[in-house]
Amino acid sequence: MSEFAESVNWSPLFISLKAGILATIIAFFVGILAARWVMKLSSRMKWIVDGILTLPLVLPPTVAGFFLLLLFSLKRPLGKYLWTTWGVKVVLSFSGCVIAASVIAFPLMYRNARAAFEQVDVNMIYAARTLGMSEKKIFWKVVVPIAAPGIASGTVLAFARALGEYGATSMLAGNILGKTQTIAVAIASEVAAGNMDEAGFWVAIIITISFVIVFIINMVSGKGMKQIKRW
Amino acid sequence: MSIKVKIHKKLKGFHLDVDVETRGKRIGILGASGCGKSMTLKVIAGIEKPDKGLIQVGEKILFESKKHINLPPQKRKVGYMFQNYALFPHMTVEENVGIGVYKDRVSKEKIIQEQIKRFHLEGLEKRKPGELSGGQQQRVALARIFAYEPDVILLDEPFSSLDRFLKDQLVQELLELLKDFKGEIIIVSHNRDEIYTLCDELIIMDQGKTLLIGDTKEIFKNSQLVEAAKLTGCKNISPIQRINSHELWATDWNIRLQVAQEISDEINYVGIRAHDIREIRCDIEDSADEILNNILNVEVLQTLEYPFEMQYILKNNEAIEGIWYKAIKEKRIMKKALKIHLPMEALMLLK
Repeated sequence: MSEFAESVNWSPLFISLKAGILATIIAFFVGILAARWVMKLSSRMKWIVDGILTLPLVLPPTVAGFFLLLLFSLKRPLGKYLWTTWGVKVVLSFSGCVIAASVIAFPLMYRNARAAFEQVDVNMIYAARTLGMSEKKIFWKVVVPIAAPGIASGTVLAFARALGEYGATSMLAGNILGKTQTIAVAIASEVAAGNMDEAGFWVAIIITISFVIVFIINMVSGKGMKQIKRW
Repeated sequence: MSIKVKIHKKLKGFHLDVDVETRGKRIGILGASGCGKSMTLKVIAGIEKPDKGLIQVGEKILFESKKHINLPPQKRKVGYMFQNYALFPHMTVEENVGIGVYKDRVSKEKIIQEQIKRFHLEGLEKRKPGELSGGQQQRVALARIFAYEPDVILLDEPFSSLDRFLKDQLVQELLELLKDFKGEIIIVSHNRDEIYTLCDELIIMDQGKTLLIGDTKEIFKNSQLVEAAKLTGCKNISPIQRINSHELWATDWNIRLQVAQEISDEINYVGIRAHDIREIRCDIEDSADEILNNILNVEVLQTLEYPFEMQYILKNNEAIEGIWYKAIKEKRIMKKALKIHLPMEALMLLK
């Protein structure tokens, strides 16, 4: 076993974790700000915008991968601009991993944050206004802390989703060992190559990580299993 | 200082039409649930925007549609105590009290300590609102508002979320604490007892409209309007037919009544509070000249026993409506049929 462990290239684990963490950070802030924006929309606009922002959750990830490729392809305006002006290449690169995972994880963050904001007693916000607090201060010092449990579970779910992302990532970032190959991509390619042992190894790793995540979700969502009343 | 509110706002189901200028220091708004009382406070605080009108505190204009002035709530210096107190659950008592203080650390700390002391919150500084009783939460909410030093304080149903047995004491406490405040205080309530105790000036509201403004005790004594009489707790109101300048026929009760005031053309109703009615007992020799009038033969229709008083519905044989009568237990009615006296000075002529 130790021989096997030494022979293994651990890069997919680190790429997965790195991409997962970066994508979660992006999804965290963009998701919260998007939720804040949607809270201020009229009810009709809310329907439309909410639908669009939730799409990546419902659609197959390959559809997201398709649009991301359209957007960032070096032959297209944005991709060309990033490459020629900034030297940034998203397609077939680590940043592609991060962007693909962010897009897929975003709706989970956004929806959980919004649901948490909806639970905040609007009188709290009114009271804060009548106490002279600026809108920005109200949001970060009153709304976000009160909504913290919902935001936290959204963050963990977003991280879990980002970590396991396969469809959009493999389309946008590809499968380059040591550069863009995440665990999810590694499992698929090992299986395709008939290396069931290697695939099984990564499966075991990802199951362990996932179990830890589930454990963390239950911890941060505030109620320990013991406090929940049995049916 | 005085508060001038003259606004119009279209709401679901009714229009809010407020037109008042206050003179008192503690102003009560009395009205049934859903009459627009709370909305009026929200409009003054800037939480809701009226369609048009003017809101002015002293010389400061908070809202004027003609000049497109609409100060945000942050700039109005109007403290608002919500029905559920709206304390920030993640902050300690100290942090809640200090949240509206925008000064350097030392003076901020000083202000917090001052308010903690004034509102008897010593020892609770590090607690979270969830760990406090209803009364303590109310004091924290007030301390938070006092620390902010507003020009006006608005109290929205201050006692509705408290247990009844706590309430009487807290009303007394609140009255003491509010005396320290230099600006105006507006209190909204559907409870006439609270309003009567706390407020020197009273505004009567019904279906979005401010019907009456005046001295609290005066309005309770002589309500002028049917709506005001009902809201101040008058249970006996009857339509009238005018007989002459000081006599009328109360159609619901089947009685001819003499009244002290002159009956003008605008008067359509007469009212009397349940506790102002007297039972005439034959065994007591008090049939002086003045109670030869306004006497009605009635029978007991219904009896309601309360801990410290009795309430009866009495009805004359030919009357349409019964009359509520309230008596202390020592004076409970012993017979089925009796005579009651509606004292002239207790009769309210209502528009």
